[in-house]
Amino acid sequence: MIAFAALDPSGGVVGLLYIVAFSLFIYGIKLGTHPTTARRGNGLAAFGMAIAVATTLAQKGIGNWWIIIGGLLIGSLIGAFASKRVKMTEMPQMVALYNGLGGGAIALIAWSEYRHWVHGENLSFTGSVPLDVLIPTLLAMVVGSISFWGSNVAFAKLQELIPSQPMGLPGQKIINGLLLLVLIAGCVYLGINNDLGNLNQPVFIGMLLVAAVLGTMVVLPIGGADMPVVISLLNAFTGLSAAAAGIALDNTALIVAGTLVGSSGTILTLEMATAMNRSVPNILFAGFGSPAAAGAGSGEQRPHQSMGAQDAAIQLAYADSVVIVPGYGLAVAQAQHAVREMADELEKRGVRVEYAIHPVAGRMPGHMNVLLAEADVPYEKLREMDDINPELPQTDVCVVIGANDVTNPAAKTDESSPIYGMPIIEVGEAQQCLVLKRSMSPGFAGIDNDLFYDPKTSMVFGDAKAVVSEIVSELGSL
Amino acid sequence: MDLVTEITILVLAAFVGFEVISKVPATLHTPLMSQTNAIHGIVLLGGLIVVGYSTSTFSDVIGFIAIVFGTINVVGGFMVTDRMLEMFGTRKKKRPEPEAAPVSAEANGGDSDAAASGGDSK
Repeated sequence: MIAFAALDPSGGVVGLLYIVAFSLFIYGIKLGTHPTTARRGNGLAAFGMAIAVATTLAQKGIGNWWIIIGGLLIGSLIGAFASKRVKMTEMPQMVALYNGLGGGAIALIAWSEYRHWVHGENLSFTGSVPLDVLIPTLLAMVVGSISFWGSNVAFAKLQELIPSQPMGLPGQKIINGLLLLVLIAGCVYLGINNDLGNLNQPVFIGMLLVAAVLGTMVVLPIGGADMPVVISLLNAFTGLSAAAAGIALDNTALIVAGTLVGSSGTILTLEMATAMNRSVPNILFAGFGSPAAAGAGSGEQRPHQSMGAQDAAIQLAYADSVVIVPGYGLAVAQAQHAVREMADELEKRGVRVEYAIHPVAGRMPGHMNVLLAEADVPYEKLREMDDINPELPQTDVCVVIGANDVTNPAAKTDESSPIYGMPIIEVGEAQQCLVLKRSMSPGFAGIDNDLFYDPKTSMVFGDAKAVVSEIVSELGSL
Repeated sequence: MDLVTEITILVLAAFVGFEVISKVPATLHTPLMSQTNAIHGIVLLGGLIVVGYSTSTFSDVIGFIAIVFGTINVVGGFMVTDRMLEMFGTRKKKRPEPEAAPVSAEANGGDSDAAASGGDSK
């Protein structure tokens, strides 16, 4: 580190250029607050990154150019290729994977930084490793490793390489707690034994492995519907570990960028948790849907109304206003293009069509908006939950497609319900409600939805894409 | 730089981050996440420093992997964000299916993100 510090011009031109770089990051994110400017903002942030990389490479004494160029080239090719190939439905996986790569890179850098001391590459230096280097290094290593492995598990779940259902061992909370204690103890041990002669690399590597196990164990028990929270949280972790690495390396660009990402991940984590009416510890440490709620209500048959696509088309065609409520089921059925066509048909007839998007409709924050934008739905028609709820009583027909729990009125009325208190899209307030669904089966949380039995509700059974396409052709022949 | 200065920077950056990011609407949360993914690819700088001043094979290898990971994040993250935001921006083109990604970045290391940013502001 001292070797770095001697060469690290944290003041001077390099420091100034880093300021330019992270200012562009911040401004870029600020432009991201509106769809029309967001793209320019992204470009500016990318430009800032180019400045940061070029500045670092221009530092005095940088060598090993072939390794650097090779790494940049390979990384660019993989990144460019992946970004063109990835489907919009696969964005959560991609973000999870990228979180993991970031965390992994940070853990490796921390390891290298630590070895730097162990192997006496700082021969000119005697005494002990300064704690203001050692502590952030350990922090970066631990958090980075947790993020790497946790993200990989999240990726595997989203990609369905492993089952997306919650998986866990009995007493896993205790095991996780113990692993965390081991990590803290390890940090303290290395912190106390910080004489250069005393540095203990096996302990460091052991901690790297324990953090790996902890990251895996924390994410493994988390079910698919909780993924928006997990991905955001891992995002925050990676950001924080980058900031810690920045402190260890005396690199302001890393500190600021890492902190920005940490803030972003934290905000999104909290928003997602609020949208699910659950606390973050509850999501992480308690499996969802395991309690008796799953069994309740599934046995009895209650009366409900259903109709075919033709009747649904007629009802929609003669409405003045229609609000479409998409859920993850729509994405699974790849029905977003069919839905857009349906909206086009309706608008031709003078029907006002809008979309009500619940914050957790999808597998990551904002996912549903991207899927609909891909299907050319103008963003003005994508309305946020709080924004559109007051208008629903004046809406003629709500069409719920592949969504369930986020429309369940029990969240407002039934204090005994596991989802009580969760904010919902109040489709029950609309004049009429169509629910497109495969069957009457309860949603992910295993909770019966009273909406389906409401006299104002009609079920339209079938695959979302097939049903919507049928409605489109019925509309055409009306 | 001393620790207090660095923590000062961190705390101020956290406030700025919270202030700016809490104004991003839910509609744009996915692009925000992939953009912040690209931004944390800045760990690439750490990899560059490790390799650049490396005197051991171990550091060469570790740093190389870190550079590759970081660059994937940076290039992939910014490009995929651009692809998404382009979809939000379109309202002129109607029916045709979205074509391939818009960005034409030639992949030559650190400069490719400059290309990604420069070429596409429409």
